[in-house]
Amino acid sequence: MTIQFNDETFRDDYSFSNSQRAKDRFPFPFHEDSYMYSINMEQHQGGPADSIYEKRFDVDEHYIAEMRDRALVLADDPLRCQSLPHMTLAGWDLLELIMISKSEDYPELFELHRDGSKWHWINKPMGIEDHFVFMDETTLPYGPMEYITRQTQGDFCVLDQREDNLWMDAGMVTTQADWSLDFDIGMNFFEWHAPVPLAHEKGIFKRALKFLLSIQQGAPARRLNWTMTVNPLLDTSPENYHKWGVQKNSLTPENLGSKQHLRVELQTFFRLPRSNGLVFPIRCYLMSFQDIMSKPKWGRRLHRVVRDLPEELATYKGFIDKRPMMLDFLAQYDDGLPTSFGVWPDDHSEPSLQK
Amino acid sequence: MTAPAPNSTAPKSIGAEKIKVIVSAIVPLNNLVTRFEFKRIDGYQFPTFSGGAHTVVEMQDGDLKRSNPYSLMSDPAETETYAISVRRDDQGRGGSLFLHQKVQVGATMTLSSPVNLFSLDLRARKHLFVAGGIGITPFMAQIKQLDAVHGNWELHYSCRSPELGSYVDELCAKHAHSVNIYYDDKKQSIDLENLLDGQPIGTHLYVCGPKGMIDWVRRSAASAGWPDAHVHHEEFLAPQPGKPFAVRLAKSGLSVEVGEHESLLEAIERLGVEPPYLCRGGACGQCETDVLESEGIFIHRDHWLEDDEKSSGIKIMPCVSRFDGKILVLDR
Amino acid sequence: MSVFKFPESIRSRPVYGILEPRPGRSHLMIADCEGAEAILDLAAQASDLMANTHIIFIPNGTLFGPKLQELNPAQYYEGPSFAAALSRIQRVLSDAVMGLQIYLTGTEGMMGQAQNEAMQAGYDYTAIQTEHRGSVARRMQCVHCKGITEDVIIDPFECSHCGLNLFVRDHYSRRIAAFQGVCIDAEDPGNVPASVELYS
Repeated sequence: MTIQFNDETFRDDYSFSNSQRAKDRFPFPFHEDSYMYSINMEQHQGGPADSIYEKRFDVDEHYIAEMRDRALVLADDPLRCQSLPHMTLAGWDLLELIMISKSEDYPELFELHRDGSKWHWINKPMGIEDHFVFMDETTLPYGPMEYITRQTQGDFCVLDQREDNLWMDAGMVTTQADWSLDFDIGMNFFEWHAPVPLAHEKGIFKRALKFLLSIQQGAPARRLNWTMTVNPLLDTSPENYHKWGVQKNSLTPENLGSKQHLRVELQTFFRLPRSNGLVFPIRCYLMSFQDIMSKPKWGRRLHRVVRDLPEELATYKGFIDKRPMMLDFLAQYDDGLPTSFGVWPDDHSEPSLQK
Repeated sequence: MTAPAPNSTAPKSIGAEKIKVIVSAIVPLNNLVTRFEFKRIDGYQFPTFSGGAHTVVEMQDGDLKRSNPYSLMSDPAETETYAISVRRDDQGRGGSLFLHQKVQVGATMTLSSPVNLFSLDLRARKHLFVAGGIGITPFMAQIKQLDAVHGNWELHYSCRSPELGSYVDELCAKHAHSVNIYYDDKKQSIDLENLLDGQPIGTHLYVCGPKGMIDWVRRSAASAGWPDAHVHHEEFLAPQPGKPFAVRLAKSGLSVEVGEHESLLEAIERLGVEPPYLCRGGACGQCETDVLESEGIFIHRDHWLEDDEKSSGIKIMPCVSRFDGKILVLDR
Repeated sequence: MSVFKFPESIRSRPVYGILEPRPGRSHLMIADCEGAEAILDLAAQASDLMANTHIIFIPNGTLFGPKLQELNPAQYYEGPSFAAALSRIQRVLSDAVMGLQIYLTGTEGMMGQAQNEAMQAGYDYTAIQTEHRGSVARRMQCVHCKGITEDVIIDPFECSHCGLNLFVRDHYSRRIAAFQGVCIDAEDPGNVPASVELYS
């Protein structure tokens, strides 16, 4: 299908919106009426047609606007994109992976022509066309990781694998859920996850690391994660928290439905062949509470999940103070009926709201 | 639309993607070592890989299917051909003998995608390689990888004799200043103490060869004050033959007799049960299996389990370890 | 009393040990303030190390200098501050060879910065020994303006660069050699709780 790219913003006037198609394919992250950490990994080898899982790197209607927002963030703070010196090879791995995937998965949008190490890349939506020499940094306007991630939705953590651990040694991080690449770069898997409550005690990270270390070439994996954001703000960085934090207090019972967004991350994991590193793209999908309520099953379930979430998690995810106001809103959409298992909205089989 | 919940699936088996190949060349290097080259059957290119990676070669030897890991020693950037070099082991279970004696040019075989458990530390200011015998193979690929980016490396390679010095000529011709060769039969040996003294800070040391050599190099480096994080070794164990034994798989409800020349993992796979694996050599930990019941003695041979796990009798690494006794029930 | 037992914390927070003699070709010991006592303890266990030891000491008003000199190390240097000692540390590391053992002791801020220098020189941080002695004041980075505020002993504190009120996290970056400070009144500007002393 042809994608109509939205002309929209993720700041100031927040003109971001989801089309009906975007609502239908939103990755609602709760497969049952409660939530607790789990590793919830599965193979990233396609998915239902037109779902966000179908392609290796999903391109959707927000592509152009998200790339414009990224350029603004980087102009303001270049430290959001960094690569330690030994990570250049992994950057080339990532560029190769994305260019091949996108040109194969979206031939009408992206083209890659290779003649030995002479590469020709065309990105039609962004109007970019470059000839360069693969593995020669001097032939690109940015380093390989920065070049390709300025053209790809989602944050990117590029991890080095050493001593049975993963090290966050490079990344492009402009749409993060409140963590700083500049601060965390160089940390190992346990260190950069250190601030996450409960999961260490449950052994989640130890098992997750073991899984990730064994990810092989050609066998990527994926999982979902989620948090909450007031306004469709992509750049929820700690760097700018003193500027955006106050927006959390702009919630009122009247505007909550349109301002409060569920923020879902599709995390994928690919082995990088030349460097033996791992890339960990974190793709962010936003949807307002109001839009989520258009799916009766999701409305019922979101109320139950938010209501029953342990206090530590609601604090970590930054909405403990607003939980009562959220619940007042969400309760209107929960009639107590049972919900079907799984994340899909099941529009045709779930009953509409009975109140 | 009702589909399985995409985020509620437990981690699945993550066994390597398989690549069907044809043997495109067989090059005897000397009395013991032969190089095997492969091309893809489907006409696609091979994936690139990182120096130090291995591939698991599946061999159908009559009724027996063996899967042995071998280091890829071709240029990691070369995607037309993969190459391995195999040393004939007359005492082994027969995997190398099968390759040497039964495989001919044109034969079709199956390889796994490359997996690297011995990769370069790309932060290194200098890479110092110590190889013994067939242990040269991972370094062949690492040297090619480093040469492409003008990396700083040095090789010290010990062989039994000039006749058995696989790739010595090639290495010396291309890299006269970086390669140092030592022949046992000429009473030459690596002066390790001197070699380890004076290497610039930020040097990483890599050793691949017989177990005795690996132990010697690691021990010497530790006593010279080298940090563990700067010393890397690759030691895959080949599964050893042993007395046949019976095993029952509780989850699958199947039983099998593990043959003398077969590993426990291979016997389990023969039943169609597929535990995950990466190395098949006791190092990666993927095939770790819970023991539900046992009466007998475990012959643990892996590098993965801790000593207390080995003595507890509740875990086994079926790729290299065996069992001698009456009852063995596994959680598979 | 120069020894403080830090409460258990998150995985990114550094954990310090007790210096022990290790085999090595040469030994670099960097200490500030009460860290000198840890070196004296180490030397008492293995006085033979000193013939191949370079001690770099930043007394910061303490009087341990003469005692360290009495250990008779191969090289001894005393500097008025870490910044003053830095070019010497970098020079020593620049032509160091493998087999060097590195021992750091004293305040967290000094150890973190010295560790970072060794890492930059190509030395893996896991091989560097550290032992905390003396002050528990922290070197803090403001996540907003990136400025470093040294010797922070209260929480919250004011960033010495941008003036924001920051709370003290245990999240620590080896590369920056600092803990993270995050604005405490971002959601409710002006609502800043009274500061308390760390570990009080």
